[in-house]
Amino acid sequence: MEQFFFTYVLPALIIVGQSLLLLVALLLFIAYILLADRKIWAAVQMRRGPNVVGPWGLFQSFADLLKFVLKEPVIPAGANKGVFLLAPLVAVTLALATWAVIPLNAGWVIANINVGILYVFAISSLEVYGIIMGGWASNSKYPFLGALRSAAQMVSYEVSIGFVIVTVLLTVGSLNLSDIVMSQADGLGTKLGLPPSLIDWNWLALFPVFIIFFISALAETNRPPFDLPEAESELVAGFMVEYGSTPYMMFMLGEYAAIVLMCALTTILFLGGWLPPVDVWFLNWVPGIIWFLLKASMVFFMFGLVKAFVPRYRYDQLMRLGWKVFLPLSLFFLIVTAFVLKLTGWA
Amino acid sequence: MGLQALFFYLFAFIAIASAFMVISARNPVHSVLFLILTFFNAAGLFLLTGAEFLAMILLVVYVGAVAVLFLFVVMMLDVDFAALRTKALEYAPVGALIGIILALELIFVIGGSTISPEIAKKAAVPIPALTERSNTQALGDVLYTHYVYFFQIAGLVLLVAMIGAIVLTLKHRTNVKRQNISAQVARTPETAVSIVKVKPGQGI
Repeated sequence: MEQFFFTYVLPALIIVGQSLLLLVALLLFIAYILLADRKIWAAVQMRRGPNVVGPWGLFQSFADLLKFVLKEPVIPAGANKGVFLLAPLVAVTLALATWAVIPLNAGWVIANINVGILYVFAISSLEVYGIIMGGWASNSKYPFLGALRSAAQMVSYEVSIGFVIVTVLLTVGSLNLSDIVMSQADGLGTKLGLPPSLIDWNWLALFPVFIIFFISALAETNRPPFDLPEAESELVAGFMVEYGSTPYMMFMLGEYAAIVLMCALTTILFLGGWLPPVDVWFLNWVPGIIWFLLKASMVFFMFGLVKAFVPRYRYDQLMRLGWKVFLPLSLFFLIVTAFVLKLTGWA
Repeated sequence: MGLQALFFYLFAFIAIASAFMVISARNPVHSVLFLILTFFNAAGLFLLTGAEFLAMILLVVYVGAVAVLFLFVVMMLDVDFAALRTKALEYAPVGALIGIILALELIFVIGGSTISPEIAKKAAVPIPALTERSNTQALGDVLYTHYVYFFQIAGLVLLVAMIGAIVLTLKHRTNVKRQNISAQVARTPETAVSIVKVKPGQGI
């Protein structure tokens, strides 16, 4: 009995505890990312943004949460009830499931699996199902159009994201996310004899690929300027038209969890994860998780700015950008990287 | 070990149950969704055998791309599946034949390796132990080093298939207005805008 406890029950309890801790921290982070998104958008348009609930509107997201949860969920008469309710669940579960392999600090990861980056890629390629199911099950024209758009869009941009990931993997030689971060401790700068600093990270050595990844991440998470699946000027709210109250909130939560995930992934792949920007004692003293959060927040700040600045793409332009610009470019940089690594013997 | 067996039965049971639902669900979209669940559990089974790379690739390729296109097509086409279902019995003999062939092949493979275990050891390239080489690296060795030419030829076959599909569907229509992106980007205020002084009351 005692052995059973130590081999099965205790590890399970520890994993459950870690997962709960991560989930709560993540949801809190998302609540403030949501507020930040609205504040950045407001600041660009010279408005104040949410400023009523709590000091500087700090509790706005929680007020929204209460509002969504306390409202009555409406299911349209013609909807396919099971799939209609399953869709937001799928969206939010998949978006949160990916976080199991994201390392927030050295060793701070729930599942440190060998194929971490592939797992992230696989699960984030499944996120399209929430949208397709929601759009189809609503049994209405606009949601269906939104669902079809998002299916085509996310499949297209996954291809270039895949090539970008492969390019990074070539320089690292491992599929493990912690290894990817640690490999950025030395790079361009240390080869030139400089101390470890932020120019060692992949963003400089793989700069074009970094840009492609950032833009593809916008498209993959249906952020403006690529928010065609929910383009309010033509499709009302796209795949979410028929949703209200808690199911709608879950879609939004899933969407923002996916966005934060893409920010974290950009941090891990290109911005050196939890590594401090310069190798000096007082920066090394700051915990890695702080660096990680700072970098992820900075990437999200760019996401927020893009939403406020850039007008929405037309759908054919979106497809052209994905297939005729990013796909050949990312393939080209993949081959160039492979040749450089092989010829210089850095691999 | 007990935990692994528990997960094996969980994945296997859901996989078989959802595979059954694929063929028995009334709504074709539900069928595709159950198919996705089947793939998902098959990936779980791969994970249990230690083939983590195959599991993830199964998710990326089949669930993330192929099944999305399936779902896309099934949702778009308004096929009357009820009418198709009435003819299902006509196709039963063919289906049964395919099933029997598959079952026979499975029996040969499993039976062969139990009767003479040395056959299993005759693999052309022995795969190193998991402690030396992760299965991602082992697969890379086999595909890109030992059998690189066969891999290239397989890629060529796919390329030919793709060109075939494009040739079959490509139609050059002359009455369609197309965009010339480079011409659009090359436009400057000088070439696109002309400033005209309009006298009041006259117009242009």
